[in-house]
Amino acid sequence: MVSFLTNPRAFMVFSRIAAPVLGAATAVAMLWGLWLGFTAPEDYQQGDAIRILFIHVPAAWVAMFAYLCLGVASLLNLVFRQALADLAARACAPLGAGFTALALITGSFWGRPTWGTWWEWDGRMTSVLVLFLLWLAYIALRASIDDEARAARAGAILALVGLVNLPIIHFSVYWWNSLHQGSSTFGADKGDGLPAVYMTPLILMGLAYMGLFGALWLTRIRTEVRRRRLRAAALRDAED
Amino acid sequence: MLDLDAGIYAPYLWPAFAITGLVLGWMIVDSLLAARRARQAARARGLEDDWS
Repeated sequence: MVSFLTNPRAFMVFSRIAAPVLGAATAVAMLWGLWLGFTAPEDYQQGDAIRILFIHVPAAWVAMFAYLCLGVASLLNLVFRQALADLAARACAPLGAGFTALALITGSFWGRPTWGTWWEWDGRMTSVLVLFLLWLAYIALRASIDDEARAARAGAILALVGLVNLPIIHFSVYWWNSLHQGSSTFGADKGDGLPAVYMTPLILMGLAYMGLFGALWLTRIRTEVRRRRLRAAALRDAED
Repeated sequence: MLDLDAGIYAPYLWPAFAITGLVLGWMIVDSLLAARRARQAARARGLEDDWS
């Protein structure tokens, strides 16, 4: 049933359909979310700055979700030697770095008019910066080792160690006295949640970002499968 | 009613959206171009026939 996750050939057949379908769904959700986001009224405290949340919060969600995907793929590669898992981990890294950078940058653009500062070394912002550095370290580590199997193993260990940062990001606003507010979405205390007029576009944009990550991840894994096949063919030619 | 007048928040709102557009656009273009290059190289080597 899950052969498309473990067998490269089945994955290629599955992803050839799934990637464009996800891409189309992403475009619909993003256009709908942007429309609702820009037709919603200004917030009485944040003014128009609240519209930045529609691109900041989904970027932060996907940044963390992508790292979780990297961790799972790394575990499957390290423990079960799944053929596709290493390719999935490798394909995930540039996307994760991109979404994490967006979370940091858009958060900064929201923080300046709302908090009065571009940056604060508080728990949430610092731990997301650590997440971004983890992505860069993962990419650099893999690029610095020529032997592909060793690079995969070293990258997987780094990715698994970095998983400890995910609960730190999530709970940082509760563990430490933070400038960053607690959850105002799914985990919000009563009265702290966003009203529906903001929550609906936020969820649509969240779905769009998730869909975009999924479509691009599938596309990049397909590229990695082809590259590995080409490398294997080149090695066979060299041996003949 | 579509509201594109961000008033005093415009210097923060529009750069945030512009940078988001650039980064997402880069991720899409880079992924698709790399996919096309790999597909063409695989096709040239005759490695594309047995996926389906």
